Amino acid sequence: MVYLTRLEHFNAAHKLFNPAWTREKNEAVFGPCANENWHGHNYELFVTIKGRPHADTGFLFDAKKFSKIIQAEVIEKLDHKNLNVDVDFMLGKMCSTENLAMAIWERLNSALPAEVQLHAVKLYETPRIYVEYFGE
Amino acid sequence: MMSKKIAVFRREHFNAAHRLYNEAWDMERNDAVFGKCNNPNFHGHNYELEVKLVGETDPATGYVMDMKVLGDLVKEHVLKQLDHKNLNLDTPYFKKLNPTAENICMVIYDILREKIDIKFELQVRLYETPRNFVEYPA
Repeated sequence: MVYLTRLEHFNAAHKLFNPAWTREKNEAVFGPCANENWHGHNYELFVTIKGRPHADTGFLFDAKKFSKIIQAEVIEKLDHKNLNVDVDFMLGKMCSTENLAMAIWERLNSALPAEVQLHAVKLYETPRIYVEYFGE
Repeated sequence: MMSKKIAVFRREHFNAAHRLYNEAWDMERNDAVFGKCNNPNFHGHNYELEVKLVGETDPATGYVMDMKVLGDLVKEHVLKQLDHKNLNLDTPYFKKLNPTAENICMVIYDILREKIDIKFELQVRLYETPRNFVEYPA
């Protein structure tokens, strides 16, 4: 088994705000992340697939095709966007890094060819905070 | 003996939302010039800030400036105003000024220049992304 990781990046605005709560409770739980006028991040996305290299190519999966799928399914939807407002698959969800990584997994898992096995989505919100999701 | 100058650097970081547009232009022209950065719903970045001071060391301490003091100055006067903010809406600096990396860097320089002894040369470098950064004065 070999693992192949593609690194992509995007930037976006968001806020962490639960509409069922008062502003005071949102500020108590989410602090400055609840700023009603948004804030933002440079996100770094690591997508890892696993399998055995194809005998004819030596590739697990064509890295260029892999990138195009991530670009189409994820980056075009998220880059330079407001995650709470502009992104159909995040509407009604809390825009935490955890939820975003899980949503990215779902989109990529549906879009990748059947023979490609998704292993991990690792998403950095800042250089100091990241989440990993393995589809479990 | 000639005085010896040395540079000291303090790195800080903040994140913010912003939008690049010129209110004198229509949407088409703003899109043409600023592209995705003109999203009316904003986008955002992790900014990395490097503050450089050049001066002579104080013989009593060996310091150009106490880096904790410099860090506290940056936090108090820059980060408090910019971190987790919308640069266009939440700060007084970008009501008429486009919050490009260039303009943000010059605003930060002006804020810090007032707070740091004029005997030190000051330079500010601002990373908007790991790939785009600016420096002032040039």
